[in-house]
Amino acid sequence: MEPVFILVTMIYLSSCAFYFGYLFFQKNSLQRIAIGLMIVGFVLHSTLLVINGIRAGHFPINNLHETLCFTGWAIAAVFLVLSYIYRLKILGIYAAPLITLTLIIAYQLPKVSPQDPTLFKNFWLVAHIVTLFLGNAAFSLACGLGLLYLLQENAIKKKNMGFFFKRLPSLELLDTTGYACIVAGFSLITIGLITGIIYAKAIWGRFWSWDPKEIWSVITWLFYAVLLHERLTVGLRGKRAAIMAVVGFGVLLFTFLGVNFLLQGHHGTFTAM
Amino acid sequence: MRDIILLGMNHKTASVDIRECIAFTADETDQALVILRDHPSVGESVLFSTCNRIELLMAVDSQEVGIAAAKHFFSQFKKVPLSQFENSLYQYSGDEAVRHTFQVASSLDSMVVGEPQILGQMKEAYRKATMEKTSGVILNKLLHRTFFVAKKVRTETGIGDHAVSISYAAIELGKKIFGDLEGKKILLIGAGEMAELAVEHLLRNRAGLITVANRTFARGLELAERFSGKAIRFEEIIDAVKEVDIVISSTGSTEYVLKKNQIKEAMKARRNRRLFFIDIAVPRDIDPAINRINNAYVYDIDDLKGIVDENMEDRNREAVKAQRIIDEAVIGYRRWYDTLEVVPTIVSLRGKVEAIARQELNRTLSALDHLSENDKKAIQRMTGALVNKILHEPTAFLKNNGCYGNKSEYLDLTRRLFKLD
Repeated sequence: MEPVFILVTMIYLSSCAFYFGYLFFQKNSLQRIAIGLMIVGFVLHSTLLVINGIRAGHFPINNLHETLCFTGWAIAAVFLVLSYIYRLKILGIYAAPLITLTLIIAYQLPKVSPQDPTLFKNFWLVAHIVTLFLGNAAFSLACGLGLLYLLQENAIKKKNMGFFFKRLPSLELLDTTGYACIVAGFSLITIGLITGIIYAKAIWGRFWSWDPKEIWSVITWLFYAVLLHERLTVGLRGKRAAIMAVVGFGVLLFTFLGVNFLLQGHHGTFTAM
Repeated sequence: MRDIILLGMNHKTASVDIRECIAFTADETDQALVILRDHPSVGESVLFSTCNRIELLMAVDSQEVGIAAAKHFFSQFKKVPLSQFENSLYQYSGDEAVRHTFQVASSLDSMVVGEPQILGQMKEAYRKATMEKTSGVILNKLLHRTFFVAKKVRTETGIGDHAVSISYAAIELGKKIFGDLEGKKILLIGAGEMAELAVEHLLRNRAGLITVANRTFARGLELAERFSGKAIRFEEIIDAVKEVDIVISSTGSTEYVLKKNQIKEAMKARRNRRLFFIDIAVPRDIDPAINRINNAYVYDIDDLKGIVDENMEDRNREAVKAQRIIDEAVIGYRRWYDTLEVVPTIVSLRGKVEAIARQELNRTLSALDHLSENDKKAIQRMTGALVNKILHEPTAFLKNNGCYGNKSEYLDLTRRLFKLD
């Protein structure tokens, strides 16, 4: 399936090119081509995942290559849904390169043979993975929206009506969309953690085993919980919320990859190289 | 063949007192068009007059006679001696007149480059000309081209993008902060022309309730009634700030009306909702340090002026692109105009008919294989004779015997009858 994987990556890459063209020339036609390519890439990407899954007979997330491949898919999925709801055209200049980069890195990685594929047939595990990955994708987009917010806020505060001021949408839209991403992400990872705990009980007989991955997952969850709590109580929004969304994504990345490489734990399989 | 000439003055060539003397009101334009229509040396005419320019576009048989007639007409109609305004007039003919017309409509020649009203005003002037039947084939085509070019310039260049007035710049900023201004509540502190203009723009963008605070409560009440808002006492400002989204300030106060720690407190009560200050007052009313508070944005008059200047430069850059579109259009118009010459029209008319004859002849002969070579030649000769006979009268007519006066009209009609373009 490697040619298909390369094709998918190339489609995402050309979508990037059109998004950058849109950024510079501000022609709507370029943006329409970009999102069109993104949709084509996504459909092909989904097909690839399904075929890989059927061939292997289990959920294709058994090494770092497959994990990243699925991560890219999750980001594309959330991005397309978000674009449909909020009509936020410019976010593509963040999402498209992120997806492409994820796939390019995935391509570089070896495809080691699975250690215990029977694990991946459990319903709770699949639910755990899908919700967590979609949640993480939502957080990654919240981070991108946070960055765009900071750029636009900086332009307005510094009264520098340059390149970004003209091209980026209003603070209100960036803030609302970012908030929506956090709410969606938080709901998804909450489900992800619950299904994970249920799965742990089913497999190991206990809900909680003080594994570093578990601890960091809860730290990430708490971080976003605080962000949402502050928004609902004292109305935390704007620049601070944007910074928190960016920092939160840093914590998330550490939980997702850093823990596996630096601290080890029972999630090692996902990042096997 | 009539020539296009244009005689006019604008804000660059004539001072306002001269423009005032020569400007035509709507009624005067109607009367003027009637006079021009009946004028022997003016073939077609369109008169266009705004506060910044007066332009008389004509198609005439003789340029010198036409220009002299137009000058005389201005002087007579407005009862102003020619010597008083002659130096302020400019005149163009042929391609230059066409180019100037395109530039005016595309708002390249305007005082504020890219301002959108001019096109509408020009359409109105043309409408009057068609009502009075003073425009003919040449000017009709020119004006239709003009409106097309102006639209193209507007959509394909950024000449109309970005605000070039203080109050529009404030609106544009507001949109970048709030996205949509619909329902946004406004607090107007003080009064003043520019502040009121900004409020009007905001209302046109469907902003919400207007609250007016004025040191003289009665004056505030009066303004509030005008905007159908509500008036509050000057001391209540800080409470009002907790409710509104946009604050426009324009008082004569020598001290800051709103200070940083007041706003800091207010932001808590607002649960950090965004607050946009437009400070039009000199000296300033809003403490500039407020801009450092999260989710509060302060723009004073200099900041807004800075944006306007920058946007103005952008427009001037776009004007270069517009010039290229206009250059192309001038060439396109010239091409059409040249077809109004007699010879090319006769040539293409003959070409068209001959082509039809040849085609039909070939089709017929290929089905009649039994004919001898001589028979075929005879049929060919007959077809040629038919073409010549049919074309004889129209050719003679176009070559001036028949058509007196406005030749371009008949040429244009011929081209359209036979679909020569």
